[in-house]
Amino acid sequence: MQKALVSIAVAASLGLGATAANAAILDDVKAKGYVQCGVTGGVPGFSAPDSNNVWTGIEVDFCRAMAAAIFNDAEAVRYTSLTSQERFTALSAGEIDVLSRTTTWTMSRDTQLGISFVGTMFYDGQGFMVREADGIASALDLSGAAVCIESGTTTELNAADYFAANGMDFNTVVFVDQDEVVKAYEDGRCDVYTTDSSALAAERSKFANPAEHIILPEIISKEPLGPVVRAGDSQWFNLARWTYFALLEAEELGVTSANVDEMLGSDNPAIKRLLGVEGDFGTPLGVTKDWAYQIIKTVGNYAETYERNVGPSTPIGLERGLNALWRDGGIQYAPPIR
Amino acid sequence: MTTLDTAPQSAPRASFFNDPVIRGIIYQIVVAAVLIAFIVWIVGNTAANLAAQNKTTGFDFLWKTAGFDISFSLLPWSRGSYYWEAFLVGLLNTLLVAFIGIVFATILGFTIGIARLSSNFIVSSIATVYIEVIRNIPLLLQLFFWYFAVLKAMPAVRQSLELPYGSFINQRGIFVPRPMPDEQFGFVWIALAVAVAAVFLLRHWARKRLEATGQRFPVFLTSLVLLIGITAIGWLVSGASVAFDPPVLERFNFRGGLALPPEFVALAFGLTIYTASFIAETVRAGIQSVNHGQTEAAQSLGLKDNDRLRLVIVPQAMRVIIPPLTSQYLNLTKNSSLGAAIGYPELVNVFAGTSLNQTGRAIECIAITMLVYLVLSLATSALMNWYNGRVRLVER
Repeated sequence: MQKALVSIAVAASLGLGATAANAAILDDVKAKGYVQCGVTGGVPGFSAPDSNNVWTGIEVDFCRAMAAAIFNDAEAVRYTSLTSQERFTALSAGEIDVLSRTTTWTMSRDTQLGISFVGTMFYDGQGFMVREADGIASALDLSGAAVCIESGTTTELNAADYFAANGMDFNTVVFVDQDEVVKAYEDGRCDVYTTDSSALAAERSKFANPAEHIILPEIISKEPLGPVVRAGDSQWFNLARWTYFALLEAEELGVTSANVDEMLGSDNPAIKRLLGVEGDFGTPLGVTKDWAYQIIKTVGNYAETYERNVGPSTPIGLERGLNALWRDGGIQYAPPIR
Repeated sequence: MTTLDTAPQSAPRASFFNDPVIRGIIYQIVVAAVLIAFIVWIVGNTAANLAAQNKTTGFDFLWKTAGFDISFSLLPWSRGSYYWEAFLVGLLNTLLVAFIGIVFATILGFTIGIARLSSNFIVSSIATVYIEVIRNIPLLLQLFFWYFAVLKAMPAVRQSLELPYGSFINQRGIFVPRPMPDEQFGFVWIALAVAVAAVFLLRHWARKRLEATGQRFPVFLTSLVLLIGITAIGWLVSGASVAFDPPVLERFNFRGGLALPPEFVALAFGLTIYTASFIAETVRAGIQSVNHGQTEAAQSLGLKDNDRLRLVIVPQAMRVIIPPLTSQYLNLTKNSSLGAAIGYPELVNVFAGTSLNQTGRAIECIAITMLVYLVLSLATSALMNWYNGRVRLVER
């Protein structure tokens, strides 16, 4: 009901508060002094408040990078915790400036919701988590299982597709809130918990006894997760997209938060362009020419935020895999800054 | 008298603007115009903004394939079903839980309400504690409690509790054998319909006879005999039989049989318990509102205890009970939308939740959902008003 109320309020404000949606978002953001960032209710490694109630995660870092580019201050971000159900309405109603919330890029969302996907911050795929004691080795053994799912996600559709394609039947239990999904799985209401495999790993790290749960080898879908902005404001879209590319470009050029000041004196023209020493790539975006320097200085490059939040040394423990740079066998690739 | 007759004519003619009738009309026109202007503005603004946001709008999505699964459905459902079918499934699930909730909340509420008036100290205290505790805790918390507490207490699938007649209870719900009547069973339904008709005729005849001769007829007992007798004869003569499809344990769960998921049980239970506490207070107030003098008067007329309650006390109490009872029924129906929080696939979960998200048609889905609750509430209200009209005291 709460969620429904929020939806109704958001739907109503769609009707009323649209002037904000039509004006240039960057000007609005500069005027209010912070970026309003839509995040999850708490998926460790992606967006979750830590023990000091500070939001951390790879998606949070994207919002911080945008704030760094605009304000030279990565902390000029305010967070709105959204459920899967609320996220798109909140974005199109102008409640948030950028949605950075484990959101899968799909064609219908890109073309029908009045929103634009910036890029793929994280290449993911949907997986299944089961209890080890059940002795299941493959997702193809899941016929007849009860499956806990969060409402309003691509997960819901993929699961239905997968079970239908393999001639299996299943029982879904759909909750509005991610926390209830996990709780119901832990309490034994479901045999299976399914979502993006990275989020499975993240949720498992929160369990009382993570070793009792296994993630099945099958990845049943492509889930390119990325930040989203409202469609129709190309300046804001470009700023978001090139913030993401700057993170990748910095990794590719070996520029890190630790060595960025030394790199200002680098002879490499590509580094000079990235850091604003040579040429001015910031002004066309509506920010200063050292925008990328500010991002790298405060947030770091893509590799740094990956390792810090979801990498093998964290409780989430995800290898780079597809998310490695193109030259390292992955598919993360940024067009040149020139 | 003459002064009275001529007074209106001889009164000084009020100026056009001071005439209360004209003023009233002007106020009505102004208010209506403002309201219409507001609606036009908000609809136009919404449409313009939606267009500016490049959003696809309209109701055509209802005829598109939904592609998701709904676990508990009264209608046949598959991932190839359309969104309008998802709407119907959600609506029926809402109606089902609301209907069950209303029936049980009424029974429980009347029982507790009467118990609260009991002269037995223990009975009345239990009723008081129940009412005060339950109606002062938010319903959403109660639903979480019933759902997660009960879920934890239930045995896992492989340790299912076996109940009589091949039924089972576990964390996945309650499983009972599904009755599978054969083709001959249609005759049993016909026999039952005949029996019900016979009971109505009997009641009508008995009342006429009571009014004409003052003689009573044991209507209740005879009706019972008629109902059971005619149906049983129909069953025997037609030779109908009922097979049972029992639930069978498979790798993950029971298959076959009829299954009640824990989400439904928890929601129906929570709504019943919660609403019953309000109904109990309504019933207590209704009964206490009947003056004790009415009891004494009925006794002095020589009415039996049963008749005194049935003909004197209850009709007067109902007059007080019905209007607030109606609003409790409406509350229960609307509160069933909280089922979305505990995973029960009712209208808000299926339509204003999943469907809204998969299609992105926020305004359309929310508008349809609001309209449904409005219609449900108005229909319940109309029904109860009709009933209220029947039990109202006839003033002479």
